[in-house]
Amino acid sequence: MDLLLGAVVLGVLLGCFYAAVSVGLSVSFGLLDVPHVAHPAFLVLASYGVYQLNESYDIDPLLAGLALTPLFFLFGLLAYRVYYETFERRGSDAGVRGIAFFFGIAFIIEVLIILQFGVDQRSVTATYIGKSWRFGEFRIPIRQLVAFAVALALTVLLAVYLSKTFMGRAIRAVAQDEEALRLMGANPVRIKQFAFGIATAVLGIAGALLIIVAPVEPTLDRAYIGRTFCVVVMAGLGSISGTLIAAIILGVAESIVLTLFGASWAPAISFAMLLGVLAVRPQGLLGR
Amino acid sequence: MKRRTFLGGAMAVAVAGRGSSALAQQPPVKIGMSMAQTGGLAGGGKASQLGIEVWRDDVNAKGGLLGRKVELIVYDDKSSASETPAIYAKLVDVDKVDLLFAPYATVPTAPLMPFVKQRGLLLMGNFSFQVNSKVGHDMWFNNAPWGPADSWASSFLDLGQKAGGKNMALLAADQEFAQNLALTARDVAKQRGLPVVFDQSYPPNTVEFSSILRALKAAKPDIVYVASYPPDSAGILRAVNEIGIGDDVKIFGGGMVGLQFAAVMSNLGSLLNGVVNYNTWLPEPSMYFDGTKEFFEKYTKRAVEAKVDPLGYYLAPFGYAMGQMVEAAVNSTKSLDQKGIAKYLREKEHKTIVGPIAFAADGERKETATLQAQFRGVKDKDIEQFRSSGKQVILFPDKLKTGSLISPFEAARK
Repeated sequence: MDLLLGAVVLGVLLGCFYAAVSVGLSVSFGLLDVPHVAHPAFLVLASYGVYQLNESYDIDPLLAGLALTPLFFLFGLLAYRVYYETFERRGSDAGVRGIAFFFGIAFIIEVLIILQFGVDQRSVTATYIGKSWRFGEFRIPIRQLVAFAVALALTVLLAVYLSKTFMGRAIRAVAQDEEALRLMGANPVRIKQFAFGIATAVLGIAGALLIIVAPVEPTLDRAYIGRTFCVVVMAGLGSISGTLIAAIILGVAESIVLTLFGASWAPAISFAMLLGVLAVRPQGLLGR
Repeated sequence: MKRRTFLGGAMAVAVAGRGSSALAQQPPVKIGMSMAQTGGLAGGGKASQLGIEVWRDDVNAKGGLLGRKVELIVYDDKSSASETPAIYAKLVDVDKVDLLFAPYATVPTAPLMPFVKQRGLLLMGNFSFQVNSKVGHDMWFNNAPWGPADSWASSFLDLGQKAGGKNMALLAADQEFAQNLALTARDVAKQRGLPVVFDQSYPPNTVEFSSILRALKAAKPDIVYVASYPPDSAGILRAVNEIGIGDDVKIFGGGMVGLQFAAVMSNLGSLLNGVVNYNTWLPEPSMYFDGTKEFFEKYTKRAVEAKVDPLGYYLAPFGYAMGQMVEAAVNSTKSLDQKGIAKYLREKEHKTIVGPIAFAADGERKETATLQAQFRGVKDKDIEQFRSSGKQVILFPDKLKTGSLISPFEAARK
């Protein structure tokens, strides 16, 4: 019973971390319909940025992640503009060619990281990494609690931004009906570009959480493609609160399987759950 | 200047000139291999390659092989087993290489074995584990010090049992190398009547090990044998530090790949203390042979520029030793005939910078030289500390031993 309770607690923490690394994709893929397969590569790039700031200037990883968000915002604006001009503007086969474009970007990022940092694993130091909080026999890694708290705050903030602010509502509107927005005099491309910038900026913080939770290496993005897309699709495209719920379900399921049923089954969990959700509710947990 | 001295000097210059031009004119001896430059094995692959390159430069400075320059042809296998068969087919059929070195590690090497056996090719193995056990190719020679298949697990379990261990836990990655290690550990435990109270394999890309460690701790094992790959080893040790492992554990470690690499060791720092893990070469007094010191002087200078493991203990000297063995075989047989080289390698004992090497019939070492060493007194964020002796005390094998086990594990961590 203790083991099961522990697995659920650790699973919730892991799930919130999965939400943080997926929530940007929920905007770019879920709301904007951009086949952003380079999302995990952007995430790993952010982790290396955090590593560099931590290593060279001894800046706390979370602060380093925060410092990177404006840079990543600009990077997102640029990436979307190139994608739009090269693919989206030209027509109907943008989807498939767009996937190739983002795969290309992911590959370039991988190579650049290898050239700059080499292939070895990198990790950061902070007072909360490597220690745990003790409740009797039960211990929780503090880095996971930090990741949990920051991830939760990040997801809630983004959900509030998209539902309460003018720009956030515009982003939702462009996702629902781009043509109607154009008829009302707004420029959907600019709004989508701004939204893509936000989705990328969020990765500054998510990248910090990634390297706080575990060491990173240049090809780590490949491990996260499946998980992040699974969370976003399972959540219901574009649903931020759905992303949090789906990620927590995935985290708890993985943690229970790892603890009680054998680790070998864990990778199958995300896809089994995805198939299950799509079979019963094709629009995702909170999709419309 | 006396006439005799002048003539002697002129002749020396002429001979040297003719020698170097002959070296330049003849086609090179081509040695082909794939090596992980990207992916999870790249850290090891690059260090291994640099070790081989140091040998290439040394042998070329001595005049090459059979008076021909040695050239390496290397392709990136991306740490993937699916890449290597095509690469080696190209090396043999298109690049027409004279000799083959295997890629670093078990996973990319395993699918090559049927190919080299079918074609009757010599393959110098590079740190794979038991890839020839089912294929039975008689022209395979592994440079790794593993020795007989069960010796690795036996040495670790011996240490654990001598410290009072009565049962064991087994945690292994779902990778060929780790699974082979786990398999032999299960066999050895069965032979000894040692109960296995926890036996789990975890998949590659496991993000978080806290849950697995909680389950392992709940089984209350005495001996914890871990067979992990570099991306996981750090995660497991971190979780051990955070979740705890229990006071029953006498010995922890055994087969964790990654704890031999400078970047991982530096990242983990004091978390390494107490862990007993396998290794291949360490800067302990018993580990220096002819040329070892000179090799590391050359390697250390080049490693920084190449952005490769600055210590390079684990693989690099064995890459060099692989070259030394081929060099001795070619010079002795005065030929590049692969069957002749294989016969020489099989029958002789070879002097290398990692000590004497003799091969058993299966192409693995006759006698194990795999070290089991305990991390002690390691501080955080200091790579240089690992260059001095005493940080990784050798517990096994006896002839290379430099200290005794500190147990239980929790006491050894302090």
